[in-house]
Parts: sequence; structure tokens; C-alpha cells
Amino acid sequence: MGVVADVVAATCLLLGSLLCLTAGLGLVRFPDVLTRMHAGTKPQVLGILLIMVGGAIRLQGWSATWMLLLVAVFQTLTAPISAHMVSRVAYRRRHVRRDRMVVDELGVAPRSPGEARGDEPADAAPSRGSPRAREG
Amino acid sequence: MSGTVADAGAVGRLRHQLPLLLWLVAVWNLLWGTWSWANLISGVVVALVVTLVLPLPAVVGGVRVRPVAVLVFVGTFLVDLVRAGALVAWQTVRRRGISSSAILRVQLRTDSDLLLTIVTEAVTLVPGSMVIEIDRETRVIGLHVLSVDTDEDLDRQRRSVLLTEERVVRAFGTAEEIAALQRAPEPAGRPS
Repeated sequence: MGVVADVVAATCLLLGSLLCLTAGLGLVRFPDVLTRMHAGTKPQVLGILLIMVGGAIRLQGWSATWMLLLVAVFQTLTAPISAHMVSRVAYRRRHVRRDRMVVDELGVAPRSPGEARGDEPADAAPSRGSPRAREG
Repeated sequence: MSGTVADAGAVGRLRHQLPLLLWLVAVWNLLWGTWSWANLISGVVVALVVTLVLPLPAVVGGVRVRPVAVLVFVGTFLVDLVRAGALVAWQTVRRRGISSSAILRVQLRTDSDLLLTIVTEAVTLVPGSMVIEIDRETRVIGLHVLSVDTDEDLDRQRRSVLLTEERVVRAFGTAEEIAALQRAPEPAGRPS
């Protein structure tokens, strides 16, 4: 019984840590804010949940378990909201790699020549039809 | 809609704040981690002070909880959460990185603040989709989706959002709102 619980707890802790690591990797490897927010909300929330489960099995006493439960609940409630707010601001500031996008149905109008650039990432390839696009 | 809000006064206000009060008392007790009458009573006092000093607007409409539908929603949500985690985690480590993404508009059918909030939260945690814009008036959400290449992928993502909405409404919505799901026209493909 003790061994089984230990193995389950260790598995949860390791898997959770791995998922949190991939969240960090995603922040480095993904190309723009929107995609990075995906990396920040999904594997990381699941990772935290797994670590909480592992901790709950491993730690003695219920009081720690309740605390971990609260952490898990607030993680699932708040992570999407912060991701939403950051992405929303990024999108409105045009901090978006449009060349990596299939379609944009919200359609912020393309920038006219004299308009300020917003926060368009400097490494973004010029999108088709944009004033910055050059032939050849 | 405003019929329940109209019976103002302390009692009416208290009745609306009751779920919030219960939640605050629960959090207080969980934080202490042990059960005792002292914790319960101090929790009630703290919850009352918090709701009086920092009042929140009442949630209009309230919730009905249908246990089976809630189980279906939570179960599907957890499965989706695991798949989301695995999928995005895989995309961070594989050599070619992520495929292209897209921003979609989806016309939702429910007209309740609370349900829209739950749908948005769930969608943001589900595989490769994240809500970046909500238009409350027209009930349109804008979401950013990962790993889409073809039109089928886009349609699949739209359908999955609408299915999530349906599960949420069946779990927490009123009978009226569930009926509204069927009444609404089949979502067309791409809004013009």
C-alpha cells in the first residue's frame, strides 16, 4: 500500500514537473505572444494539478490536502483569465505574427502607410497585402 | 430578468450574496485546514465583513445545477484538459515546433453572464484554443486556436466550442436557456 502510493505520487510529481518544464520551453520556442500564452496556460495548469495530486498523496494530514485543493481551484480559475487579458492586449496592440496565421476573422484592419506600427514584432515577415510587403 | 433584483433591502441583498458567503466560509476553513466551530464562526464573520466592505454586483439569473449534466461537463473538461496539456507540451518539444494558428469568431447562443463566463473559462483551458475577445452584446467570442491547417480544422474547433457551450448550458442553465440552444439557427460556417 505504502509503496503503491509512493509510486503514484512520484509519477504525478515527475509528470507535473515535466509539464511545467514544457510550459517554460514553449515560452522560449513559440513565435509570438498569443501562442506563448497557450504554452503558459495549458501544460502548466495540468502540471500544477498533477503536482498537487502527488503532494496530497505524499504529505501527511488533511490540512495540507485542503491547501493544495485551494491552490488547484484558484489555478484553474485564474490562469485562463490572465492569459485572456495578456492576449487581448497583445492582439489590440497588433503584437501578432500574421504570417503564421491561417485566418483572422476578428480582422483588425491592415495598417495604412502613415499609421504607427503598434507593437508588431520586428521579426515578423511582411504579410501579404500589407504596405510593408516588397516585391522580389 | 430584474424581478429578483427588485426586492432590494438587506434581506434580498443577503440572499443574492449567499453563494459568495458560503464560498468565502469554505475557503477560510480550507485555509485553516482543520474543522472547528471557532473556524466556522470566524469564517462567517470574515465573509460578512468582506461582502459588506467589498460588495459585488449580484449574478443575475442564478444557477440551476443538474448533477448528471455537471458530471458530463466536468468529465469531458478533465479529459480535454489532459489532451490539451499533452498536445501543447508535445508541440513545445518536437523539432518543427508549432503549426500555424488562426483567430476565429464564434457565435454563441446563451445570453447569461455567468454561463458565458464558464464557457470562456472552459474554452481557454481546452486544447489549443484561447478566448481573446468577448462581445457581450452580440454574444460573439473571438478565439485564437493552435494547430490548424485546413478548413476542416477550423470547423472542428468551432464545433468543439459550441459543444462546450451546450454542455455548460445543460449543466447550469435554466430550462429556458436549454430551449434557446435548440431554437438558435445552426451555426453557419464563416461569418461574413
